[in-house]
Amino acid sequence: MKNAFSYSLKKILRLYIGWWIFWALIQSCVLHRLGLTWEVSLTDSFISNGLLAFACFATIIVFRYYQPGNSNRMYRFLFAFGITILFCVSFRFALSSLLFNDVSYLHFLESSMPVRFIISLLVISFVTLLNWMWSNLEEQKEQEKRRTDAEQLVKDAELARLRQQLQPHFLFNSLNSISALAGSKPNEARKMIQQLSDFLRGTLKKDDQETVLLSEELDHLKLYLEIEKVRFGHRLNVAMNFEAASLSTEIPPLLMQPIVENAIKFGLYDTVDDITISVSSHLENNYLYVQIKNPFDSDTQQANEGTGFGLSSIQRRLFLLYARNDLMTIDKKEKQFITTLKIPQK
Amino acid sequence: MKIVIIDDEPLARSIVLEYLQEHTDVEVVAECNDGFQGVKAIAQNKPDLVFLDIQMPKINGFEMLELLDYTPNVIFTTAFDEYAIKAFEANAIDYLLKPFSRERFDLSIEKWKSKAAIAGTSEKNMQQLLENTPKQPDEKNRIVVKNGSDIRIVPMADVMYIEAYDDYVKIFTKDTYFLKKKTMNYYEQVLDSNLFFRTHRSFIINIQELTKIEPLEKNTYVVLLKNGKKIPLSRSGYSKLKETLGV
Repeated sequence: MKNAFSYSLKKILRLYIGWWIFWALIQSCVLHRLGLTWEVSLTDSFISNGLLAFACFATIIVFRYYQPGNSNRMYRFLFAFGITILFCVSFRFALSSLLFNDVSYLHFLESSMPVRFIISLLVISFVTLLNWMWSNLEEQKEQEKRRTDAEQLVKDAELARLRQQLQPHFLFNSLNSISALAGSKPNEARKMIQQLSDFLRGTLKKDDQETVLLSEELDHLKLYLEIEKVRFGHRLNVAMNFEAASLSTEIPPLLMQPIVENAIKFGLYDTVDDITISVSSHLENNYLYVQIKNPFDSDTQQANEGTGFGLSSIQRRLFLLYARNDLMTIDKKEKQFITTLKIPQK
Repeated sequence: MKIVIIDDEPLARSIVLEYLQEHTDVEVVAECNDGFQGVKAIAQNKPDLVFLDIQMPKINGFEMLELLDYTPNVIFTTAFDEYAIKAFEANAIDYLLKPFSRERFDLSIEKWKSKAAIAGTSEKNMQQLLENTPKQPDEKNRIVVKNGSDIRIVPMADVMYIEAYDDYVKIFTKDTYFLKKKTMNYYEQVLDSNLFFRTHRSFIINIQELTKIEPLEKNTYVVLLKNGKKIPLSRSGYSKLKETLGV
């Protein structure tokens, strides 16, 4: 980074010096045409352009380290004016002491001073103006960056919060099941404690990853389903069907679990019969499709009740991650509630 | 003494059963998977105590209690957080937060026995409990009613109007009506004010059903529903209804 910077600085410096030499040469030609000798015109040109280059350089450096606020904008031009006077005085002094015996040149110098003053004032003012615009641009860029940084931070926090929506109900009811098993079937209680800890650990671990493999996500989901089966095994059936090619695709972590949780909740609490939740996935046109189905009772459910909090937070997460609102769709047909996720693959 | 356990998770019922084994003076007469079985079992057995879960299939614990003709003592067993439970703390015998210990369970039984010895849970207490409990999201969108032994879940959108009827309210749908032991004030508070409007001391209408406001005499009005039914509209109701409809 530093090397690149010093490289470009060197390049700019070379360009800057080359530019002034170019102007000095042109000026010498013009002065020569006006009847001065080559020696005199070259001296005049190189000294005047050299000093002007130095004045401009000084202006740039000064404004690099000192930026007057917007309220005292005039300072910049007062400064430019001052530098110009300084330039003219030192130029006149240098030339008149170098060529003190060339009387005709000294005459020329005297009469050309106003023109030189005006030209150098223009040049230095222009440099000042450029400098000012440039620093404004920098400042704007900085502000923009700060704003996007702040936005990113808010987004990250929101994503983290959305991911962490572990239902306390689930946890407490699972602990209650373990408590019941501990008396009658200690081995099963131990197994369930294991599953619950693996599940919780998975939830914590995945928190900071952007995407995980579908196969990993499914392992986590299976843990969750195992626990739910202990609680509702008498009513809950799960059918899984995953296309082999889809297993190595990527999916944001903990995206499916709230949907399955929702499906189980609706399935179990909306009917009194046995229910089957089906989860399937396939890969198509570089999109991973995940489909989750659960039965529901269209008689007692209002049409707008479909997107519970769980689903709307999924929608929000997908929007924050992919800036799209069409990645989750909900269908209701023949007493089946179908949630389909569409995850873009890189 | 007779006990009924109502919970949709078999393991959750089994822990209550296990803790009850220590208590030789009680007998578990029924275990139920859901509120429907619960209503039946309570009507048949008239138990002294019911252990009741809140989150259950189809109808929740509170909705089940509304359907009972016979009011037993109730101990709630739930994974609800304490904040939510504060609201009905005063009126239930007790509540057990899952998972609960044997000591906590025994304490509950003690409490029930001492309360039962004094007066038992009065029906009024239960009524208060049911009116003051914060509604679950489902409950705002439906009414659970009983017609004989038939339990029906009526979506709010199907309700045309509600009429006061002594201690009860009559809830009218397209083809029938249901009686429910609630107050008009209760429904005025619970129902979505964008969808339902109280036209009169004794009437609440579904705004979707409204077709016309007709003058009856000087300064008195009636509203006409889609099925032709005329509902009285009080003077204060008239100006409020105009405001609600934005006319």
